[in-house]
Amino acid sequence: MPVEALRYTLTFGLGGMSLVLLLLLMGTGLLMIFVYEPSPERAYASILVMQQEMLFGGLIRGVHYWSANLLIAVALLHMLRVFLTGAFHGLRRSNWLIGLGLLFLILVAAFTGYLLPWDQTSYWAITICTEMLGYVPGIGTAIQRVLLGGAEIGPATVINFYAAHTSIMPILLVVLMTYHFWRVRIAGGVVVPPGPGDHPEADAEYVPVDPHLLLREYVVMLVVIASVLVIAILFGAPLGEPANAGVSPNPAKAPWYFLGFQELLLHFHPLFAVFIVPLLIAVAVISVPFLKYDSEQSGTWFLSAAGRRIAIVAATTALLATPLWILADEFVVGPGGWLPNSSPLISNGLLPFMALLAGIVAFYAVLRKKFAASMNEAVQALFVLFVVSFAVLTATGVWFRGSGMALVWPWQI
Amino acid sequence: MKKDRRKFLSRILQALGGLAVLEATWVAATFLGSRRGKAPSDDGANLRIAGPVERFEPGSVTAFRDGEFYLARLQDGGFLALHRKCTHLGCTVPWIADEQRFACPCHASAFDIHGDVLSSPAPRPLDLFSVQIENGIVKVDTTKSIRRGRFEPLQATRV
Repeated sequence: MPVEALRYTLTFGLGGMSLVLLLLLMGTGLLMIFVYEPSPERAYASILVMQQEMLFGGLIRGVHYWSANLLIAVALLHMLRVFLTGAFHGLRRSNWLIGLGLLFLILVAAFTGYLLPWDQTSYWAITICTEMLGYVPGIGTAIQRVLLGGAEIGPATVINFYAAHTSIMPILLVVLMTYHFWRVRIAGGVVVPPGPGDHPEADAEYVPVDPHLLLREYVVMLVVIASVLVIAILFGAPLGEPANAGVSPNPAKAPWYFLGFQELLLHFHPLFAVFIVPLLIAVAVISVPFLKYDSEQSGTWFLSAAGRRIAIVAATTALLATPLWILADEFVVGPGGWLPNSSPLISNGLLPFMALLAGIVAFYAVLRKKFAASMNEAVQALFVLFVVSFAVLTATGVWFRGSGMALVWPWQI
Repeated sequence: MKKDRRKFLSRILQALGGLAVLEATWVAATFLGSRRGKAPSDDGANLRIAGPVERFEPGSVTAFRDGEFYLARLQDGGFLALHRKCTHLGCTVPWIADEQRFACPCHASAFDIHGDVLSSPAPRPLDLFSVQIENGIVKVDTTKSIRRGRFEPLQATRV
């Protein structure tokens, strides 16, 4: 393999980390299957037994919990790395899609696992998320009913989520992940920056995978496992009061990886927040490798110095514009929406949505004209804009939303 | 000739394979669909007896935990059974008597005693269950909740 591909700052070892975390999840999950009882009556009690009476019970649950959360973060960072090093052209196209599939499976797996402890947090988070599905026009309610196994969360829901979490998702993940690795091989390993000559392949210096790559991956594995163990021992896995359908906690929040959408729900009509916007995001992310680019350059972070500058402009724009939007919506526009007398679908949906689209189009035009950005650089900047905005929305949901989802400082929650 | 036959046979095999997948899916769906859920129940089982009419003061709201509803008695004496589920994302809304409003803890939606939306994001008023009054006893049928656009006096049941 090329020496260049070993450089840690090219990939940060994020793919390898994901694999290690997934293996940790499967190991600890397998152990917990022997104790957990999937029914509303027994679920919480069986977790308590695991936590309080079984040797290493708290540790195993903690490792599972933190590996899951880290896996989502690491997988997202991995996706960001792949995008920013341009590793989605040519032979890598299909692997971008497989990666998205894996991300989807990881999110579903995490989400289905979230319900299983059957405490207040999990019960209400799943209530909120499945009710979000109900706003998808046409099929939303039907999907909701299939997932829940009825009209509301009950015994059927626990069984459904348990089956999905402990067998369907792991099997699909392993199959798709194997395919993901194989496609990396097909594409000739990870991306490397173009060499000085016309034939980078021939110019590159090669070393054997064993021991050079294996040793590095082994170190990454040890560091990941050690970190997860330390975090799990220090913080453990949370377990709140047992689920109570009669009392919603205040505030009631979705799992952190869906809090960006919950934040959107505070600013947009549900139809836009949980259907139109996510649909557009999905279409945009899927179409990334299929757009018409000026070049198929890959292997360099941010493409070029110009690309880096434009990406920083995009990130700064998002860092300023998103909080401004949130604050303006909270304090200037108020609860009635933009036109308090029209229907909420327009005042809280169409109008702000159009304003948002106009802003993005204007930003794109400025990039192309004023910064003379190439197609690659412009798409990259839009992607950065979107990622940073969504990160800000998520951070707002996690740290700045207190009682009644009012805006507060993190230390007031 | 031989090629055609081979193509024909492989087509048939493909079709049979597709059929087998469809059948298996159908069997699986039927199997899972026939699981026993919360029984939708025969009539009567979901009819909750709330109590005699005089027990409920006009302008008061009484919670019925097992039935998942609030019985509201309006100022004019009419009864409304309001589903306790917020119409935004399904949180349980508590009745705040001091402020005379249902306040959702999840996204700050609020509803008045009629279930009408006082502040968004809730898109519609609280759902209703049908109320019957027989011989001065208030009964609430919790089989099916009723969606509505906004409160109208006809929705309330009067003595």
